[in-house]
Amino acid sequence: MRREIKSREVTAAVKKLCMDANYFVGEDLKDSIRKFSEIEESETGKEILSVILENYDLAAKERMAVCQDTGVAVLFVRIGQDVHITGGNFYEALNEGVRQGYSEGCLRKSLIKDPVFKRINTKDNTPAVIHTRIVSGKKLEITMMPKGSGAENMSEVRMLRASDGLKEIKKFVLEKVVLGGGKPCPPIIVGIGVGGNLERSAILSKIALLRDIGKPSTDRNWAKVESDILEDINRTGIGPQGLGGNVTALAVHILVEPCHIACLPVAVNIQCHANRHRTVTL
Amino acid sequence: MKTHYINTPLKLKDITSMRTGDRVFITGTVYAMRDEAHKRFIYKIIKDEPLPFELKGQIIYYTGPAPAPEGKPIGSAGPTSSYRMDTYTPQLLEKGLKATIGKGPRDKSVVESMVRRRAVYLVAVGGAAVVISRSVKSSEVIAFEELGHEAVRKLEVENFPCIVANDIYGNDIFTEGVEKWKK
Repeated sequence: MRREIKSREVTAAVKKLCMDANYFVGEDLKDSIRKFSEIEESETGKEILSVILENYDLAAKERMAVCQDTGVAVLFVRIGQDVHITGGNFYEALNEGVRQGYSEGCLRKSLIKDPVFKRINTKDNTPAVIHTRIVSGKKLEITMMPKGSGAENMSEVRMLRASDGLKEIKKFVLEKVVLGGGKPCPPIIVGIGVGGNLERSAILSKIALLRDIGKPSTDRNWAKVESDILEDINRTGIGPQGLGGNVTALAVHILVEPCHIACLPVAVNIQCHANRHRTVTL
Repeated sequence: MKTHYINTPLKLKDITSMRTGDRVFITGTVYAMRDEAHKRFIYKIIKDEPLPFELKGQIIYYTGPAPAPEGKPIGSAGPTSSYRMDTYTPQLLEKGLKATIGKGPRDKSVVESMVRRRAVYLVAVGGAAVVISRSVKSSEVIAFEELGHEAVRKLEVENFPCIVANDIYGNDIFTEGVEKWKK
């Protein structure tokens, strides 16, 4: 049985998602910051974490963007194979939602037409970066993640040697965190994609950021790696905003997929403390 | 650790009394600008053209605010990463700029230039954009309007909250803080 969803319903849903994702952070994030505030020993670090929490509450109350960098609109779409979109092109409907959400929601428009030759603002924060997955069923699930550039700039994909193994993966992640220092607005969340291939590892590292903060990997081995890396990161001393302390990261999330026998693709996607994302199901 | 309540423009005694880690609340005028506006300032300095505002004794805040909701002077307005402005900052300090506000560490060249020119670098909490926006009482675009959120804005602020990251004595909160807490 086919189910019809009108493109204008998609647009309306994305418009609301863009605003809500930028105004309201998840309870998992707030709980995590509260929990880590008790661990933080630096007085300045503690103070920063409390300002961050105050800001989340104030943003929700005033319906203002948590951070002025409202980012690139990243959309993860899971569309049931029995869904039929009517009344217009699906991707245009998604982008129209971003356009309306960013303009009516007082969200900053941060995209430029060409990174080198035409650094002119596209004026409506489109195009969105859209990742589509076709799944069973007749539902349409859309997740919106405003991804700011401060933390994105500290991210990287690296093709390790297949024989490098866990040691080099850990070394790479620590290298990225230490190099980033105070730049990506710590405390950060570290999304890691292992396996797939070049581009798939990057997408996995981003999807890893959508997991509830601190919820361990379902694979026991990788869950241990997550907690080991988190411990190492929080020993670096970087601390909140890089001013020193023992809370540099709130969580490390790893997603793993099969890969070629001769490959070890690893992507590290750094996320600032303002880990914003929101999901709707139509 | 001291707390300073200061009024702009900055006086020498304000700057000499600041130490890394101190809290600072600024009242008066700060100028909001970021990447592209900095580039244009440097072009103007090279061509010996007048700048949109006199840099002497002033403070630049690195931010590109979100649009202002109805009834508010400014939208969310937290700091952006300062390192992207590092190439331009020494030349602005030479023209008398006395403080910059942003987030994250600065390049060694900027730190050295601040010691030489007796200027400070302050940090505001990144991602505390709504809290910070409350200390902004008015905002006016004074140059490069076509740049949108990257235009130069004159902000009137009241008790704008910052932390001293680099003082004029060569202290740096980023290296010292990390060293102190490293395990």
